[in-house]
Amino acid sequence: MPFALLKYGLGSDKPAKSHFSKSKPLKNHYDVVIIGAGGHGAAIAYYLARHHGITNVAILDKGYLGGGNTARNTAVIRSNYLSEESVNFYRESVKLFGGLSNELGYNIMMEDRGQLTLAQSDAAIRSFRWRAEINQRLGVRSEVIDRKEIRKLVPNLRMSEDARFPILAGLWHADGATARHDAVVWGYARGACNRGVELHQLTEVQSVEVADGAVQSVMTNRGRVGCGCVVQAVAGMSSVVANLAGFKLPIHTYPLQAMVTQPYKPVLTPLVSSPQLHVYVQQTSRGEFVLGGGADPYALYNTRATLEQKETMAAAIIELFPFLSQARVLRQWAGIVDMTPDYSPVMGVSPVKNYYLDAGWGTWGFKATPICGKSMAELVATGRVPQLIKSFELERFYRFEQVNEAGATAASH
Amino acid sequence: MKILHCPLNGPRNIAEFTYGGEYHPQPSPDECDDRSWAEHVFFHDNPAGRVIEWWCHTASSYWFLAERDTGSDRVLRTFAVPKNAEFGVDE
Repeated sequence: MPFALLKYGLGSDKPAKSHFSKSKPLKNHYDVVIIGAGGHGAAIAYYLARHHGITNVAILDKGYLGGGNTARNTAVIRSNYLSEESVNFYRESVKLFGGLSNELGYNIMMEDRGQLTLAQSDAAIRSFRWRAEINQRLGVRSEVIDRKEIRKLVPNLRMSEDARFPILAGLWHADGATARHDAVVWGYARGACNRGVELHQLTEVQSVEVADGAVQSVMTNRGRVGCGCVVQAVAGMSSVVANLAGFKLPIHTYPLQAMVTQPYKPVLTPLVSSPQLHVYVQQTSRGEFVLGGGADPYALYNTRATLEQKETMAAAIIELFPFLSQARVLRQWAGIVDMTPDYSPVMGVSPVKNYYLDAGWGTWGFKATPICGKSMAELVATGRVPQLIKSFELERFYRFEQVNEAGATAASH
Repeated sequence: MKILHCPLNGPRNIAEFTYGGEYHPQPSPDECDDRSWAEHVFFHDNPAGRVIEWWCHTASSYWFLAERDTGSDRVLRTFAVPKNAEFGVDE
């Protein structure tokens, strides 16, 4: 292996390999049609092919691969949630992320940085103790740490006791990590396409045909496609696509804005978030500071920016890291997110037979990509809902059995 | 700054307002089963387009209705809650 690498490095022939199959005509029928070529759609296709041998699968997207929220999220991976259902689910996701580069043969640039959430009120300390206890019991590394330890982890953090909201303690989550979000979807899509899955970009699903309560086909801008079943994985447009299939979802759609600064030398290792100030930050491996905050104050399907959100985010981050007051913002963007009433996703079966839901991903979709893909693939292949995602089914709202996660978003909404 | 025309207070910065979600009539609690009640509470149209919704001018606690395009973020009209039970809203 080292010699092969040396030979490759010194050689002049370095053929660039195409990741995906060339664009083909759509077939008349697929066993599985996945709407949405984001991380989730690609992961579902990958696990269908890899674990269940189902390869007559098409991934359809009105745009391009990984061009939606997969490209727009801030690449946080963590499992320090509050409810038992969520902790179990995200713990498995973090585990899968850890082995994903090897699994896919594709470098997703995973970095185990750890994640620190700041307590700036007594109430926050109480809720952190609660989360730490639940996390530890379920095998997730979380602990409440004091100011001295915070200073050691993040020496640049402003720890003044005269601040508007002095930092009192922190929730340290050693399992927290980050990865290259684009690489995750590219790796999954490549692995799926190599096994025979078809990726069809610029293919918009315009209507869904249902007969006798079961999905029969989808109509696209490139013609009708018959299908054994459909999985919708279109975070941000979930209500609109579900409406094509004829049902409503417990989702409200909001923009979530983020921005990134010019690069600095490496000064910040952990991912840091402040629920009190509605801001979270990480320094990328390129040196840029990525800033995210809470969702917009009202519902919207539009990625426009607002000065109010940017101003709030900037004011908050300067309070934590004063040196960033001189930083220039290089880019800003917004993603359109599905907010559910209980801040948990909606996964599983839908009111339409053979039509599966992968929706309601709010601000926690990227970190769930591997485990959601694996669980949804199992559901589609076997027809049985895996135990891990049972609590997240759509029916929970009719039974008033929400999975309350409002206390566990990195920046509260 | 985005301006919202409050039927009571006139044009004000949208930051002075609280968003109250889309307008949808409440079923009668006495005649409604649990399933329809859950539907009323949790499940909404959430369209990418024109929608009638609740807004409140926070400073004066005044609730009113607005018609807005959730694709373009253009507010098409704002109006006081009509006195009749049906709200005079035809969608």
